[in-house]
Amino acid sequence: MLEKKIATRQSYGEALASLGEKRKDIVVLDADLSSATKTNLFAEKFPERFFDIGIAEQDMLGTAAGFATCGKIPFASTFAVFAAGRAYDQIRNSICYPNLNVKICATHYGVNIGEDGATHQMLEDIGMMRALPNMTVLCPSDDTQTKWMIEEICNRKGPAYVRLARMETPVIYDTNQTFQIGKAVQIGEGTDATIIATGVTVAEAIKAKEQLAKEGILVRVLDMYSLKPVDKEAIIRCAKETKRIITVEDHQIAGGLGSIVCEVLAEEYPCKVERMGINDCFGKSGKPEELMHAFGIDAEAIYQKIKE
Amino acid sequence: MKIENPEELKKIANKIRIHIIDQVYEAQSGHPGGSLSCADIMTVLYFNQMNIHEKEPEAPLRDRFVLSKGHCSPALYGTLVERGFLEEEQLKTFRKIDGNLQGHPDKNKVPGVDMTTGSLGQGLSVANGMALNSKLEHDGYRVYCLLGDGEIEEGQVWEAAMTAHKYKLDNLCAIVDYNHLQIDGSIETVKALDNLEGKWKSFGFHVLTVDGHDIQSLIDAFTTAKLTKEKPTVIIAKTVKGKGVSFMENKAGWHGKAPNKEEYEKAIKELEGGMEKC
Repeated sequence: MLEKKIATRQSYGEALASLGEKRKDIVVLDADLSSATKTNLFAEKFPERFFDIGIAEQDMLGTAAGFATCGKIPFASTFAVFAAGRAYDQIRNSICYPNLNVKICATHYGVNIGEDGATHQMLEDIGMMRALPNMTVLCPSDDTQTKWMIEEICNRKGPAYVRLARMETPVIYDTNQTFQIGKAVQIGEGTDATIIATGVTVAEAIKAKEQLAKEGILVRVLDMYSLKPVDKEAIIRCAKETKRIITVEDHQIAGGLGSIVCEVLAEEYPCKVERMGINDCFGKSGKPEELMHAFGIDAEAIYQKIKE
Repeated sequence: MKIENPEELKKIANKIRIHIIDQVYEAQSGHPGGSLSCADIMTVLYFNQMNIHEKEPEAPLRDRFVLSKGHCSPALYGTLVERGFLEEEQLKTFRKIDGNLQGHPDKNKVPGVDMTTGSLGQGLSVANGMALNSKLEHDGYRVYCLLGDGEIEEGQVWEAAMTAHKYKLDNLCAIVDYNHLQIDGSIETVKALDNLEGKWKSFGFHVLTVDGHDIQSLIDAFTTAKLTKEKPTVIIAKTVKGKGVSFMENKAGWHGKAPNKEEYEKAIKELEGGMEKC
């Protein structure tokens, strides 16, 4: 893990601006948040293929669906709460049911957005989006993975929901690392516990793993960037090989990563799962790091959980 | 195919009305009222206005049609049969478990259906996306979107109207099937659309109000829309819900109800009588 930090929303904007050169079939839509979602990086280079629909997320996603029926690959961005939440019915009926090739890249999920508080902290989107047939659900953990992912979803037909963070997080992977939709990356071989994380909690889990290693407690981290389809085989293998399974996510523990892991293990290899995440409450204002700590999803909380 | 003769178009509209009644009766389910009210609009679009190809339903440069009021699928399916996209036999499968003709249109199941619709208020946004693509690629195709009058109570319609204005989508033509009735009763009592023309005008649309059952007036309005530059057009088509079947006309109760055998026979008799008059 490197010292360099970058938010996955920034990596997204950079990836789009770069992909726009070779993929003339990409159009980008935003709902008055392009400087925050970083689609402005694409807009500056390709203004004729950028559409600011204004503060009208339902209309934006419908417009994206229209472009997709004509063979374009629309990337539609806004904050996660306004995409998955406010425009849920448009995503369901105008995108997923007709199986249209719309890429919903939603930024600002979870309590890690910080000061804006509960109304803007989307904590239910994994659950909502993965329940939709045809939808692929992804949550990258770092810059390298995000850049791979944006290109990958371009080459994969069908709707996709990508959850991108506001908070800057360390670069975890070097550019040689390979990824695959439907696969997890396992970091470390420890057998005392597996920490399954996604998005911003992956770096926290790695920090906890390094701290624990100093005390002779050897854990592994499973980076679950592909939430649907999910790497069942990796979950089952880790449950068999390690003493504990702990999930940690910046999302409600109901419906999200914790639920996904429970569903897989309940059917395939019943065992205890310990879920860390937001437990049936809303977020609040504060600094990102303070909130990650207050809601028990930072490295310190993971460390303490393992030490229990 | 372009039919200019209004009398001939009237006959087609009447056949579409018969298909509507047949489908809803056979399925014992569906929405006859709003389907009957838009049959003339559908006829003019599919037989006089739109550049479409029954042998190549996905032709990239074809004009597009979005039935935003998706519950009026019997009108769309009936039109597609008359226009050669579907076999008449298929209408018997409407709303049936083994059929492709879903209660609300599914673009992946029926050739000639450009967009899956059903959840009201969403079609105009989709039509905007298609029209924007036509502009971006200089493809020149036009996009038509049929809205229900009750449907425009949905806020997304007005979000989409602002977008169509922003991008000066003169290749977009929305049509409001203004039949004055919705499920709970008259539009005026449920949520009045006072000054409907003024609403669309203030959103930057070129507004044309016509008798939605007068074939020549519809042709003229669509032709005017084509010649209108720099702004989208909306045609407010004044219609009668249940048009063509006397006991269904202007009755909210026939929004989503199937006729029984006696009612079915009476409806068909009236429509076939209408055929002779055409």
